[in-house]
Amino acid sequence: MCLAVPAKVVRILNDFTVEVETFGNRARVNTSLIDQVKLDDYVLVHAGFAIEIVDQDSAQESLALWREIYAVQSS
Amino acid sequence: MPFNRAEHSPLPRFNDDLALGRAMLAQIKEELAAWQRAHGRKLTLMEVCGTHTVALSRSGIRDALRSWVDFRSGPGCPVCVTDQADIDAMLELATLPGLTVTTFGDMVRVPGSRGDLAHAKAAGADVRIVYSPLEAVNFAKTEPQRQIVFMGIGFETTVPTIAAALRSAIEEGLENFSVYSVHKLTAPVIRQLLQDPELKLDGLILPGHVAAITGRRYFGFVASDFSLPSAVTGFAELDLLSGIRDLLTQYHDASARVSNCYPRIVREEGNRKAWELVDRYFRQGDVRWRGLGPLPGSGLVLRPEYRQFDARQRFPLNLPPSHLPAGCLCGEVLKGKALPFNCRHFAKSCTPVHPVGPCMVSGEGTCATYYKYERREG
Ligand code: SF4
Repeated sequence: MCLAVPAKVVRILNDFTVEVETFGNRARVNTSLIDQVKLDDYVLVHAGFAIEIVDQDSAQESLALWREIYAVQSS
Repeated sequence: MPFNRAEHSPLPRFNDDLALGRAMLAQIKEELAAWQRAHGRKLTLMEVCGTHTVALSRSGIRDALRSWVDFRSGPGCPVCVTDQADIDAMLELATLPGLTVTTFGDMVRVPGSRGDLAHAKAAGADVRIVYSPLEAVNFAKTEPQRQIVFMGIGFETTVPTIAAALRSAIEEGLENFSVYSVHKLTAPVIRQLLQDPELKLDGLILPGHVAAITGRRYFGFVASDFSLPSAVTGFAELDLLSGIRDLLTQYHDASARVSNCYPRIVREEGNRKAWELVDRYFRQGDVRWRGLGPLPGSGLVLRPEYRQFDARQRFPLNLPPSHLPAGCLCGEVLKGKALPFNCRHFAKSCTPVHPVGPCMVSGEGTCATYYKYERREG
């Protein structure tokens, strides 16, 4: 129910609608609940709405940090 | 070769970096074993969110850690916690002529006191499953002769989408759209559970997508009022492991904080824009939960100035008392006090094909999850 998936913005349709792609599927998503998005941003999609913009820098930082802690090479 | 951002995105890595996952898991097991030696028992953690219940099982993490961790599901499946009287009210609404009930998929198979929405539909009621509440608004627009009622179910994550749908219905001037709100808030119910002396938890795995909207600090009371370690986490394997690992660090430091282990999504203050929209149309109210009864301020009801969009006001019902399925332990399961295995119906008279209670219906219900992933031969 609180399931939400990250999806990549592939087309800006209007002020409140973008097209996103996730796992090869495209869908229209309402963006009125979040700040302005750009092409190639990742958004978190829930019930037809983007509810947050994914902070990709933070995603990368977490992974880099963990790889360092666990001494795992980047795959 | 052209650079393909999708392939080089950091996001997929959260699900498929096996080497990293294995290294994290190995270290967590060692630390859990040490914790167990020191305390002479298993660690008891509650995953509040139903999506976490599924993720822990599907990823195999629940199974991998079963010697050391007793995971308890919490009240984080919106379908499961919906009070029987609300299910019965939806069923009754569906029988009214000219009225269409719209809802998210899981809801239609939840057994009420007198049947379920799927059977009502088979008997001629107009019940439609939607993926987004905006679809319901669209029905209202294209079918002005029908009354469209949306069953507003969900936690803090979902309510903004329903508030946005309501905004759009109001802007379009639609007079045939209304919401039957059974929205619930996670903080009051967590607070209630943590006051229960029977439930002895060592830590909480907090719902990442609720926190995306509310912000990490919404859960600050878990540490400040209850001194209980907790972590907001995401749903990929590495997210879950990082949350558990953070809890272990808190035990090690003898500290209790609300860690944010999902920083790529969760901000301190959350999504203010989304929450302000919720606040425009809804206010906190006392609502009933399955298994927990009425909890003060634990739900969202429409503000009086929007009463014409409130299905409860628009279609007053006079229903006979509801009754719960005999022997169903859902109420105890979603308080973390029972496991599905403790229920005499589980995997016998209650299965996903013939569910007795809502915890077996919803894709993220604890019973449905255990039925799918946690049954073992012999
Ligand atoms: S197994 Fe079925 S009857 Fe038992 S608690 Fe779960 S949903 Fe209720």
